[in-house]
Parts: sequence; structure tokens; C-alpha cells
Amino acid sequence: MVNSILSVRGLSKRFGERWVLDRIDLDVTEGEAVTIIGASGSGKTTLLRCLNRLETPDAGTVSIAGQVIGAPSGERTLARQRLLFGFVFQRFNLFPHLTARQNVALGPRRVLGVPAAEAEARAEDELRRVQLGEHMDKRPSQLSGGQQQRVAIARALAMRPRLMLFDEPTSALDPELVQEVLDAMRALAADGMTMLVVTHEMRFARSVADRVVFMADARIVETGPPGELFTAPSDPRLQRFLRHLEPVA
Amino acid sequence: MEFDWEVVRYAVPLLAHGVVMTLKVSVVAAVLGLAIGLVAGLASLSRIRPLEWFVRAYVDFIRGTPLLIQIFLVFFALPVVGVRLPEFWAGVVALAVNSGAYIAEIVRGAVGSVEKGQSEAALSIGMTRPQVLWWVLLPQAWRPMIPPLTNDLITLTKNSSLLSAISVYELTRAGQAIISTHFAPFEIYLLLALYYYLLISALAWASRRLERSLPAW
Repeated sequence: MVNSILSVRGLSKRFGERWVLDRIDLDVTEGEAVTIIGASGSGKTTLLRCLNRLETPDAGTVSIAGQVIGAPSGERTLARQRLLFGFVFQRFNLFPHLTARQNVALGPRRVLGVPAAEAEARAEDELRRVQLGEHMDKRPSQLSGGQQQRVAIARALAMRPRLMLFDEPTSALDPELVQEVLDAMRALAADGMTMLVVTHEMRFARSVADRVVFMADARIVETGPPGELFTAPSDPRLQRFLRHLEPVA
Repeated sequence: MEFDWEVVRYAVPLLAHGVVMTLKVSVVAAVLGLAIGLVAGLASLSRIRPLEWFVRAYVDFIRGTPLLIQIFLVFFALPVVGVRLPEFWAGVVALAVNSGAYIAEIVRGAVGSVEKGQSEAALSIGMTRPQVLWWVLLPQAWRPMIPPLTNDLITLTKNSSLLSAISVYELTRAGQAIISTHFAPFEIYLLLALYYYLLISALAWASRRLERSLPAW
């Protein structure tokens, strides 16, 4: 495939006896926004976590920007390769002892070795980009969930990742706070950021994604542009999944 | 039996010397013990197997043997292998090594109880394990460490009385010296208890101040 920035081959993961990922193949093109949908327990989150090795897969390979993750092996290599991914967690996982600015500046400062003033300036840029210019000196506990998640997005962006991974970024939010996070993500996609988004927000998947991937039973069972996938689903499991969503969507 | 106020009046200034020595021993041992405990605690989180085993063996040994025996080992056994420490330093080393083991467990526990998502977030921005520990986990672990650390420092201060067994002229030893010449065990031991109680109360008060002064979020 041309311009494939992420290439996943045969990725498999087992928790005890149960395969949660079963020989996953996936390619993501530079600049593409891909959403992964599927019922709980279908392996979406585990897939994301195996990509940047928060979870160690049992088989298969992940390569990003031409580098095979985990090769050559070693803690330091892995840490450096993780930089290629930005990761946004369902529960934000901001550092509670640091202000928004410090949260975002920590990585550039300590991991990339950027001088303090420059790291702060970069943090401020990224925070303004997610509309948080007013809240730079607040700690996570002083911010709403939606604001916290946007700080988390800024924290990931400050590392200049090649690919952003979002793990159900709005699932832990009160309904009225979902939109501001989705807006930030939409703007990011419009900027041409390559994104892989696990989500239950079908409207977002429909309107922002270039491509939708449907997972069921630890496998990718259907993939296609949202127009096709949502209007003419072929796999019966996807048809069932979409029917269940209909009343809420 | 009459309470002998005369001996009390006589003992109070003499015991002051003992208090100073107890404070000296405790403070030096506490500083050393904190350093040992911090290093050992971090070593046990390092994921470097030999280090983890070493710390486990150390903690296990300290927990499994009486402090008095540890003091005697430092004082009587080390000279056999050529390390001869004066009473004061033998006592300090024994107390520090002893409390270091418990402090290592406190450090390990407090760092380990920081929510797992914190490590994951730090790893996701490219940090190595030592960086995660230093920049993300430890700063969040200080405050919850204070109450158990206080307990340990209180124990250490009280345990310093065991150094009387190797003739360190601390509070208990000073009291015993008075008892042996004036035979007033009741008055003197009561006085000693009061002295220790006041010392410990001051320590507990300082710890509460410190805990309140550390940032919460």
C-alpha cells in the first residue's frame, strides 16, 4: 500500500485462554482518520494498546513509519518508538500533581530534552490549539472532564507523534462535555493528523472518519468508508450492532 | 513507698545529656535510614532481578530477627571481619539498617499504589521506567508516605533505647546510671517514660505539620 504509515500484520493477543485479538491485519495511510467500532469486549481497546506496546502482543508485527515496534528489543528502543504514537486514554490519566501546562511540557522537557522555556512555549501552543489558553495554570482537579481530556490530547500532540491513538476518548465524560472533545478531534483530523479512534460515537465515525473498521470476536470483520459501512453493512454481526445503536443514534 | 522528689530534681539535668544523645542518634539514624530505605525501595521497583532479590533478602532478614540481635551483630560481629565501629556509630548503623528495611517497604507500597493509568500515560509519552518513577510516580507518593514514615521514625526513636545495651549513653542508659547509684527505679523509669513521650509527641506534631504543608490535589 502506498504511504502506509501504520502496518499491522497478524497481530494476536491472548488473555489466559481467550484470544482477544486474532490475527489482525490493518493499514493506515498518512493523513487518514480511521475509527474502530464494535461491541464491548470485541478487542478494540486491546488492539490500540498493543500498537504502542502498553500491552505486549503474543504474535504478529506492528510497524510505524517503517520501524518495526519492539525490534531491536529493549526498554530504551521501545520508549523511543512509543514516541511515534500519541495515546489518549478513556480516563485521561493526567498527572494530578502538575498544572495543565506542566502536564503538556513534561514530555518535551524530560523525554525530548527540549529546554524548559521552549517546552513551556510548546505546551502553551498545544493548549491553545485545543482551546485551553485560559486554563494553563490549573491542575487537573480544577478542570472539567472535557477540559482534562483536551489537556491529554495536547500532552500527546506536544510529542509530535506520527499517529494519534484515541481509546474511547469520550466514554468517561458527562454527555454535555462530549462535544468539545469531539470538536478538538475533528479539528485535528482537518489539520491532516493521522488518527486511529476507538469510539462509540457513531456520528463522529460517520462525519469525520475516512474509513471505519468494525471488530467482532477479536477480529476485523468489515472495513470501509463510513458511507458504505453504515448504509450497506454486509456482515450480520455489524447489521445487528448497528440495529442496536439505531434508537440512540 | 514514698515518691522521691529529691532524686527527680537531681536526675532531670543529668537526663538532659541523655536526651541530647538520643536525639543525635535518632536524627542521624533517621537520615541514614531514609536514604537506605529510599534507595532500597527504588531498587525493589527497578525490575532488575538481582537488585529486587537483594532487597527482598535484606527486608526479610531485618523483619525476621530482633533489633537487639542486629545491634549486637553490628557491635560484636563486625569487628571480627575487621570493621570496628565506636558505640555511637555501631548504634546508628544498626538502627539505620533496621529502619531502612521498613522504609523500603513503605516506599515500594506508596509508589505501587499510584494508579496504573499514571504509568501508562507516562510510558505513552516515551518515558523509560526510571523516568516514570522519578517524574510521575514518586512526586505523587510523598504525601501518602508521611503517616507510615512517621510511625517508623517514632519506632526508631523508641528503639534507640536498646542502644543502652552497647553502652551508648543515651536517655535510657543515662537513667540506668542514676538508678544504679541512687536506687530509685520507679521514679527514674517514670521520668524516662515521660521524656520519651514528650520526644515522640513533638515528632508526631512535626509530622502532621509536614503532611499538611505538602501539596494535595
